[in-house]
Amino acid sequence: MALQEKYQALVDAATNAGVSNLAVREQDGVLYIDGDAPSGAVKDQLWDVYNQIDPNYASGDLILNVNAKVEVGSQVKVITQDSNLNIRKGPGTDQPIVGKAAKDEVITLVSKANDLWWSVRTKDGEEGYAYSQYLEPLA
Amino acid sequence: MKKILAVLTIAGFLFALPSCKGKSDADLKTAVENALHSNPDLSGVSVEVKDATATLSGEVKDATTQSAAESTAKGVDGVKGVDNLTTVALPEPVAPVVVTADDSLQAAVADAVKDHPGVTVSVSEGVVTLNGDIAKDDLKILMQKVQATKPKRVDSKGLNVK
Repeated sequence: MALQEKYQALVDAATNAGVSNLAVREQDGVLYIDGDAPSGAVKDQLWDVYNQIDPNYASGDLILNVNAKVEVGSQVKVITQDSNLNIRKGPGTDQPIVGKAAKDEVITLVSKANDLWWSVRTKDGEEGYAYSQYLEPLA
Repeated sequence: MKKILAVLTIAGFLFALPSCKGKSDADLKTAVENALHSNPDLSGVSVEVKDATATLSGEVKDATTQSAAESTAKGVDGVKGVDNLTTVALPEPVAPVVVTADDSLQAAVADAVKDHPGVTVSVSEGVVTLNGDIAKDDLKILMQKVQATKPKRVDSKGLNVK
């Protein structure tokens, strides 16, 4: 339970920020925190708390997997750092690029192939798979 | 005169009888139900009343709620005793930790580090090991992507944060 104490401020922040389906468990020296954040901003805030407790995320004793909840069919914003987001034929970086979406561009989430790759459609009608960690729900 | 007095006495006695007996069990049941169900946590509690003793049953979320049900029922005027047969609901099962199998994990972390050319990654038995150089500003997004692949652990000691 020591890890739970170490990251208590993070769990509290998640609870206070309205993270749903919050699951916190410790297994073999690693704490796993999963849940659905109400927004991308909440996810980012939690990662900042994580970094305060464990500078540079260096301890390797936490897996934080709280992602902003996005409904299929809704609009999502591209949150790459500055580059374009590749839209690929299939779910994987080994798949050919069939289109691109600019940073801050708003595209439509068509379906979720898995947690990491989502099928999307741009305003220009380009369809393919994009990396979900570069997408967040519109605030 | 005596006769009239007797009739009045009997009538008075009959009139007074219900109040001697107190509220009926049915009335008490309604009163206890109303008291309990004003608290949303106690809406699932059922009540039966016999001889002014209330029997409570049903499921409540925790022990505090369970004792609240009992004290609420006891607080109802006319209730002589409470038999608390409510049960506490089991806590919701916590979702088990899911760790991605190495084959899938390998592909997933390769995708995750693709945009960070200075970083190399290896996977062994669920443990993702990161090496190389990363700008401090890029570290958060890298770790978000890597941890989202559901590894068992992330070893980033070999990562040089600049």
